[in-house]
Amino acid sequence: MNARSDDPVLTVRGLEVAFETNDGTIEAVRGIDLDVHRGETVAIVGESGSGKSQSMMAAMGLLASNGRARGKAVYRGRDLVGMRERDLNRIRGDKITMIFQEPMTSLDPLYRVGRQLAEPMLHHRGLSRRAAREKAIALLDRVGIPDPQRRIDAYPHELSGGQRQRVMIAMALANDPDLLIADEPTTALDVTVQAQILTLLADLQRERGMAIVFITHDLGIVRRFASRVYVMRRGEVVESGDTRTVFEAPRHPYTRMLIDAEPAGEKAPPPADAPMALSGERVRVSFDIGGGLLKGPPVVLKAVDDVTLRLRKGQTIGVVGESGSGKSTLGRALLRLLSSEGRIVFMGRDISAADKAAMRPLRKELQLVFQDPFGSLSPRMTIGQIVTEGLLVHEPGLSGQERERRAVEALREVGLDPAMRNRYPHEFSGGQRQRIAIARAVILKPHVVVLDEPTSALDRSVQKQIVELLRDIQSRYGMAYLFISHDLAVVRAMSDYVVVMKTGRVVEEGPTGAIFERPASDYTKSLMHAAFALTDFHDEARRVAQGG
Amino acid sequence: MQMRLDPAADSDDLARSIADAGPSRSLWQDAWLRLRRNKAAVASGLVLAFFALVAIFGPALAPNPYDRVFPQYVRVPASLEAYPRADSIVPEFESVLARARVEVGDISLDGGTISAPIVSGSGIDPRFTRFVERSNLFTNARIVDISADETRATMVADVARTYFFFGTDANGRDLFARTMIGVRISLAIGLLASLTALVIGVAYGAVAGFLGGRIDGVMMRFVDILYSLPFIFFVILLVVFFGGNFVLMFLAVGAIEWLDMARIVRGQTISLKRQEFVQAAEALGVKPGGIVRRHIVPNTLGPVVVYLTLLVPKVILLESFLSFLGLGVQEPLTSLGVLISEGAANMQGATWMLVFPAITLIVILFALNFLGDGLRDALDPRDR
Amino acid sequence: MLGFVLRRLAGAIPTIFIVVTIAFFMIRAAPGGPFDLERPLDPLIMQNLNAAFHLDEPLWRQYLLYLGNLLQGDFGPSFTRRDFSVADLFAVGLPVSVTLGGLALSLALVVGASLGVLAALRQNKGADYAVVGIATFGITIPNFVVAPILSLLFGVWMGWLPAGGWGTPAHMVLPVVTLALPQIAIIARLTRGATIEALRSNHVRTARAYGLPTRVVVVTHTLRAAILPVVSYLGPAAAALLTGSVVVETIFGIPGIGRYFVQGALARDYTLVMGTVVVIAIFVVIFNLLVDLAYALLDPRVRYER
Repeated sequence: MNARSDDPVLTVRGLEVAFETNDGTIEAVRGIDLDVHRGETVAIVGESGSGKSQSMMAAMGLLASNGRARGKAVYRGRDLVGMRERDLNRIRGDKITMIFQEPMTSLDPLYRVGRQLAEPMLHHRGLSRRAAREKAIALLDRVGIPDPQRRIDAYPHELSGGQRQRVMIAMALANDPDLLIADEPTTALDVTVQAQILTLLADLQRERGMAIVFITHDLGIVRRFASRVYVMRRGEVVESGDTRTVFEAPRHPYTRMLIDAEPAGEKAPPPADAPMALSGERVRVSFDIGGGLLKGPPVVLKAVDDVTLRLRKGQTIGVVGESGSGKSTLGRALLRLLSSEGRIVFMGRDISAADKAAMRPLRKELQLVFQDPFGSLSPRMTIGQIVTEGLLVHEPGLSGQERERRAVEALREVGLDPAMRNRYPHEFSGGQRQRIAIARAVILKPHVVVLDEPTSALDRSVQKQIVELLRDIQSRYGMAYLFISHDLAVVRAMSDYVVVMKTGRVVEEGPTGAIFERPASDYTKSLMHAAFALTDFHDEARRVAQGG
Repeated sequence: MQMRLDPAADSDDLARSIADAGPSRSLWQDAWLRLRRNKAAVASGLVLAFFALVAIFGPALAPNPYDRVFPQYVRVPASLEAYPRADSIVPEFESVLARARVEVGDISLDGGTISAPIVSGSGIDPRFTRFVERSNLFTNARIVDISADETRATMVADVARTYFFFGTDANGRDLFARTMIGVRISLAIGLLASLTALVIGVAYGAVAGFLGGRIDGVMMRFVDILYSLPFIFFVILLVVFFGGNFVLMFLAVGAIEWLDMARIVRGQTISLKRQEFVQAAEALGVKPGGIVRRHIVPNTLGPVVVYLTLLVPKVILLESFLSFLGLGVQEPLTSLGVLISEGAANMQGATWMLVFPAITLIVILFALNFLGDGLRDALDPRDR
Repeated sequence: MLGFVLRRLAGAIPTIFIVVTIAFFMIRAAPGGPFDLERPLDPLIMQNLNAAFHLDEPLWRQYLLYLGNLLQGDFGPSFTRRDFSVADLFAVGLPVSVTLGGLALSLALVVGASLGVLAALRQNKGADYAVVGIATFGITIPNFVVAPILSLLFGVWMGWLPAGGWGTPAHMVLPVVTLALPQIAIIARLTRGATIEALRSNHVRTARAYGLPTRVVVVTHTLRAAILPVVSYLGPAAAALLTGSVVVETIFGIPGIGRYFVQGALARDYTLVMGTVVVIAIFVVIFNLLVDLAYALLDPRVRYER
């Protein structure tokens, strides 16, 4: 989609990055070659720990203090690796600019955005403060910040994540760079915002003709934006080439695995006569977020507003929504971990009024798996202790030996080596930890499991495995899942019924196929568009590859 | 079509490779390994172990009891040589014998005994020994080898030689022994008050943090008010109340120093309560007692231990400060603070009285501080 | 902002009230009284004295009486320095103590913050270790050791500065330095930690990625963030200076109010001790208010709330 010329902007040869840590040297990048030509978009794609970010950090001289770079990264004939800070500062922010993954922290919280936006112009272009301000306002306008005259004097915390990322983009454009390095610029944003930011970047590139290096883990973005792609794994480039070629005919097994890692398959609905496992009628949850005694009238946030949901045995209901839609709150309210209004019935028993003590025996049947595999395991307990804690509560009569046997069984069930049960959570990867969290839930053989974004913190390939594991366990025990996620592809693969939420209310619901093929509400349509417009090209490619 | 990259994901490969490699290590073991690599912290630990031994056994092993007064050795400087010096023993022996009106031959000093032939025209009187014993330098004086005509004999006496490695104080007490007893008292006070602060602070902070809401608000408001009461006011009043009994007094000091501890533990508890693993335990149906025991307390221990190592020196300094005001430990017992304030008063002319206790105190405080810093780095590796 | 200040001051009134109450009853609970001299006084004189100072009335009446006087700004007469009222003593002592404390605090801020930043910029190099070492030294050496050493060294042996007393700027050097040393150490450590933290933050990475000169990265984007913890430490620092001044005033023979604390408490000079407690509590309240204002000024995320 971009005109390619043979005019190189950035040429990387044999770049190595290593970090000295207390546990020895970690080689993050092990000798990569990479070319970026004038005006083209190159993607570096890889999973976490692949070294994709560190390679560009090294070129920009931004490695952490314990990092060392070797090799070459040549910008217009000048090697950036090992260049003196002062010379590097003439290029950074002027010829090469960068946007980062963390829009919430990438701007200095103590200064107005206008000042930060103007700084690179003052330093590189010697603009006057007034001229820089004028230009900053124009840039803010261009990147789609409403009311730029006023917003230029806002502090970062007064802007939303998407707006902050727009400010970063404005800053990156300020000096008309030759090269823009975008390091996971949309990862921390909601789906719809993500789509807007990507569209903005594409438009700006067409308009200004700079080269873009797009660092991402998201193949959808690669397909939509990049003309060429480098696939990185464990510090090495395993495959590179024309995007279309790489996607149509991946040569390296890892690339193929990445492309196939899209969660696939679908979930059949439970039999029509399946008994009701958990139902919530007109559930409301509200939080006091201000006011109170002596501080004026109470301010109430309706996190969940009049939601009705019926979950039957063996069923998976996907709850979809962006951040702040109340989907997690709903899950916790249904488990009675939060107090709520409305009627909640579990296996024919009204538990709306049950207090903590009354709920305790029922907890065995109602389990929860969290999003963050790093935060949800107690850091000072062994895996064995974590997995069996529920047994301690609900089957106190078990002997230590019996608990041990059950732990081994549960770990094996989730695909972990039971010999690891004396290890501690920090010794495991994200995917392994999520398996541990699942083992902790299934060891009790619950009737209902609420899965709160269980795959969102994981790499795509790991995500797929977890989805398969969850489906496998469900088919074995016939438990009911409430699957909460913002990731539509995973929801489609996991659930037979979908509920779309926005600001605490249900926007739309129905069988999975119906929702995905014929979304009725505008909001659902925009979600679908944002999520799947990116993959159209991929589906097309797959059809081509399959000889369709 | 997105997934969130968690902040720790970059260490993923690392975690995996560790899991594949060596034996299992808990976070405590990890911290211990990191601490062992910190040379300053290890050295500090050894220094503190040494001073702990000194505090326990030192006073018993010192050449002199800490409260014994040597009137003849007031303010003698520190020395590795024994007192009295050889060049003062012989003249002293001569002069006491002269007082007995005997003729004295060659005096020989052999280690701890001194002897001299004596001649007395009027005959050797066994009471001559009294003259010798009257001097503080000599003990066990005896007359041997009395000649047949009882005019010649040899006077033998043991010389009471002793060592004052750190010199003596203005009352002629051994500063070496006093410093060691001072270490004992100062460390004991530091530990006692810190442990009191620990118990009250952890209990108060954990309760406030765990219960939360209005109870937490009231409890912390009370802490705020105590903060604005001048601390020194409390301390002086406590001295007035418990003047004679330093154990009670420092239990009371600990009872004031718990404020910071309570804040730290409360903050920890609140942040832990929000952690998903605590919510996970709640979702498993674990009772509050089990949550506090298995999930909250083990995770607050790190900061608490760190704060404890920094609180001990604070209390030791506070005790020194009170001693300076004359409100510390009562004579003849002493503490490093008392010794230092005496030393400061005698600085002109008797520098050793300040130097040795001050160096001892500073070394201990240094070691505690470095150990505390090392522990903090080891337990919270982000801070490196 | 004015509303914020007024609200905060109003909120401080109950705090000071509770402080006064606790202090009043605590000092009264201590055994002994202001007129228990070594040689007992004639019972009749004692009775007269007690009557003159209302000590013969029930405790709660005395408390109400004291509160009433306090509300009118009357700290009462001193029990032990019978020719002076507590207000008279403060009129002389307070300016001295405030001068001493203020100078020490300023010195500590300037020197401590500079050393901390220097150490952070040279992290894990010689200068860093030197600053950390000096800071640990400053925290561990008690000021009653530093004071006589300085006094002896510069006052007696070298004769450069007066060894004690108060009056000229030369008199101030040694006490101010002594008082500032531990605070320099603490502030240096705080600043160092905060600067290192700030240097690692994402927005500093942004500033570097945009080629801003090191000077700008450090001065603009690091220091302001690094100074925040120091600002919040100023409240405790002010309190620590008041405590420290007890020692320094005693050793250097300075006529401030620090001494009154110890002397007053030991002599059961109730009004003098109470007066000191009230003055210090007010100081702490004002300082905390200033700290909050400064914080809100430096950090736009903090609003004048509560």
